Amino acid sequence: MAAKTASHNSFSWMIGGPQGSGINLGAEILGKALCRAGYYVFANIEYHSNIKGKHSYYRLRISDRRVGSHVEEIHLLVALDEETLFGDLYHEFPAHAGHIHEVAEGGAILFEEGGQISPPAIQERLNGRSVHLFPMPYSRIVDQALATVGKAGQAHEYRIMNNTAAIGAATALLGFNFDHVAEVMLSGFHGKARKVGEMNVYCARAAHDYVREHFHGKIEFGLPTAPANRPTQIMIKGTQAVGIGKLKAGCGIQTYYPISPATDESVYLEEHQAEYGLVVLQTEDEVSAIDAAVMAAHGGVRASTSTSGPGFALMPEGLGFAAMTEAPGPVVCIYQRGGPSTGLPTRHEQGDLSFALHAGQSDIPRIVLAPGDLTECFYDTFDAFNYADRYQIPVIVMLDKHLATIYVTVPPYETEGLTFDRGALYDPQRDANGHYMRYRFNDSGISPRSIPGQEGGIFWTTSDEHDQVGHISEGVGNRLVKMTKRMNKMGMAEREIPDAKKFALFGRQDAPACIVSWGSTKGPLLDALARLDPEQQNYSFLQLRLLLPFPAEAVTKLLKPAAKIIVLECNYSGQLASLLREKTGIQAHHRILKYDGRPFSEDEVVTALEQTVAGGPEQLTVADGKVVDPAPYGRAEVERLLELRERSAKMAPPMVPLPPGYNR
Amino acid sequence: MATTTTKFEFKIKDYKAEIHNDWCPGCGDFGILTAIQMALSKLQVPPHKVAVVSGIGCSGKTPHYMQTYAFHTLHGRAMPSVTGLKLANPGLTVIGVGGDGDGYGIGAGHFVNAGRRNLNITYVVFNNDVYALTKGQASPTIQKGMKTKSMSEESIMEALNPIALGLACGYTFVARGYALDVKYLAEIVAQGIQHRGTSLIDVYQTCPTYNDLHTKTWYEGKKPGQSGQSPLYRLDQTDYDPLVHDPTDRREIAQKKAQAILVSEQPDRLPIGVFYRCLVPTYEDFLEKRGVLKQDFDPATNDSHFRRDITPLLEALA
Repeated sequence: MAAKTASHNSFSWMIGGPQGSGINLGAEILGKALCRAGYYVFANIEYHSNIKGKHSYYRLRISDRRVGSHVEEIHLLVALDEETLFGDLYHEFPAHAGHIHEVAEGGAILFEEGGQISPPAIQERLNGRSVHLFPMPYSRIVDQALATVGKAGQAHEYRIMNNTAAIGAATALLGFNFDHVAEVMLSGFHGKARKVGEMNVYCARAAHDYVREHFHGKIEFGLPTAPANRPTQIMIKGTQAVGIGKLKAGCGIQTYYPISPATDESVYLEEHQAEYGLVVLQTEDEVSAIDAAVMAAHGGVRASTSTSGPGFALMPEGLGFAAMTEAPGPVVCIYQRGGPSTGLPTRHEQGDLSFALHAGQSDIPRIVLAPGDLTECFYDTFDAFNYADRYQIPVIVMLDKHLATIYVTVPPYETEGLTFDRGALYDPQRDANGHYMRYRFNDSGISPRSIPGQEGGIFWTTSDEHDQVGHISEGVGNRLVKMTKRMNKMGMAEREIPDAKKFALFGRQDAPACIVSWGSTKGPLLDALARLDPEQQNYSFLQLRLLLPFPAEAVTKLLKPAAKIIVLECNYSGQLASLLREKTGIQAHHRILKYDGRPFSEDEVVTALEQTVAGGPEQLTVADGKVVDPAPYGRAEVERLLELRERSAKMAPPMVPLPPGYNR
Repeated sequence: MATTTTKFEFKIKDYKAEIHNDWCPGCGDFGILTAIQMALSKLQVPPHKVAVVSGIGCSGKTPHYMQTYAFHTLHGRAMPSVTGLKLANPGLTVIGVGGDGDGYGIGAGHFVNAGRRNLNITYVVFNNDVYALTKGQASPTIQKGMKTKSMSEESIMEALNPIALGLACGYTFVARGYALDVKYLAEIVAQGIQHRGTSLIDVYQTCPTYNDLHTKTWYEGKKPGQSGQSPLYRLDQTDYDPLVHDPTDRREIAQKKAQAILVSEQPDRLPIGVFYRCLVPTYEDFLEKRGVLKQDFDPATNDSHFRRDITPLLEALA
């Protein structure tokens, strides 16, 4: 049977299994191999706040053009355990019903033969839908591989290698050249570990060959044709993109307290701290993290800290301190996750926008940036440090769980045109006359700053209101000058930052509907519009990248022709819609919101936009791939799962804790 | 016969800022401020190579009175601030100052972890048993059952022992001074600055406005009911040996810490001086060994951060 290309010119692949079973590694090996072979890959992971055992899954969307989101349907599902297919129905209050219902008609499921999953159970749950089943004798294959290192018969001790075998099998089903996979797989093993790498390749190849022998030609969907001559690209995650941006920007110290989903960035920097002479400081809490960063900025190096919503909750004190003392920074990266409070530690949300805009005492000048993809993550992070120095102001970069963990094909970063702006600095020639004042009033509003240790540059500073010298002052005149000196920086930044860095308009300015959004919704929005409106007749998309100072005038002008303004974002209340109204007086006609802890898929955006322009209500909530009435839908879903649990009494027990074979 | 005279380049006055001081007359803080200035002059650290960093409170104003780089930060945050500054600019002599409430109360978590980190810095705590700037509420060091005139009820919480806490946290130099014995305090501060590692110097400080219990007269032992003899005595005038001679000997470390706690817990006698001293590699030493930070890194002249090549990182991702 000739393989057909899946819908939307892309192939959707998923691997699911208990946390700790190595699905990340397997999915990333496959993703990188596909990228090297010339494809565009978009990958994202969903996981629990748990170390071992709970259900996690990793999707790859493989395409012949750049894609920035996932789709709902799955063409090949690799299930390492029963929960991946059927959900956690062993649980008293199940949370999900597995991924079997997402597998496309004509799609395929790869699972362990004679294992936890029985083909009749799958058939029952498929309910007549035609899906191809590929049972794999993992333990036999793993045993063969183990025999090459003298460990024959120990497959039960090495269940983690099922994952390796599954990648080999999937490679065969995709009709993808195994050599690419082998090359990436081996690249992770050096020196003595080389033998282990070779054993893994052997294992994957054996599974690959098994599929070729037994299931040849049985899959309906195939990979699209890789585009010819695609330039070399990299596969990168958001935490790495931001980290590399910081390194290139000359960051001298990164402070952090461990928190999902921000920690990976600091860990990445830590791995490279010796190569680049960057101090990564793990502090006792986020209060300390931001204070140390503020003082490092005063101390003369570029400084940053990375956290999530609950960590940022401890930082407004330090943010105010930075602004009050006119420190050149720090750059604060907020990787948003589901809130409030501890919330959904490993799930996605864009719910901290209002908090980031307003956190602090009195009026605090700040710049708030919102990169929308992994290219912008690099460049916006780089720019953030220039703004911090130029305006002597804290700069917040809004990121989120989705941007942090997606793994995507992007063009390598171009560093040729990047320049460093350190702002107004103390000049010993000019300023060392015994009268240097750190906060001297001048026309620009930015006083030259000295770096501690410089002779003649001694200054005082305080979190109290202070005079030109930096000593405490409660005088009225001084207060008026100082307050305006600090707050005027917002106007300066708005005037000086070029439009191209503030926002982007996709499509025709006079399109009847304009979607306004920010941050990580950019990928699904662009994908949805390419599908929904390829001629760019009906929609435009205004992506806001600079949220403070808000480019009110330009945005007002851009939105003027739109008959319908639709704000789309991942939070409950429409925080960007509120900001838009606050800054421009423009009330969006519609809000499309999602706060189920998961990012928008391309399909969700398509469906929501279609319903909205067809006379939909003022506000639409999206979850589970569709437009829903949130509370009733959620309740029905909870009840449906309970009912399902009653009917499927034979669900396997949870794999918590994992059997010993996973503990390798 | 030719005589050589030592000519001090930096006099005590060179560390004094020309600014009106708004502490209460007779405040113990004056003694501590002078002691810090004397210590810096003694060590001849150029003023522009010094940074004094404080929290909030009366003691928080200390940096304003110093002719050095001066940071008056946030309540309780002297230690995080010192940490960031020192790692950015390791060539500076960094002195943290703050009150007992600042360091042992709101900043307690930072106090603990600063000790564990062991940066090459000095931390002077102005310990007067009260939160003076907010008009004399009980601080973590006030003894159970005590009531100053500023408190409406006596304290029903245990007092914290800064010496014992400092030892538990890993401070490698733990000392105590008395604000009104400026000369000896200056000597202790100088030793603390010279010590490679984090030095904790807790200073008995009188608060003439709110603490009517531990007054100058009380420290002199001349309050009614006292013996007439000062409860203070100098450890260096006894056979007490604070130094860990073999820092690899965990038994000796334990013994020296135990001895320090024992002398610090005497009911009627208040030892001052160095309680504990142990020379081990600093946090910066470890960073230097890892190749992360050179201890002579000067951010004003070193532009290495801005000459980074990220190509290898991108190649690894291709």
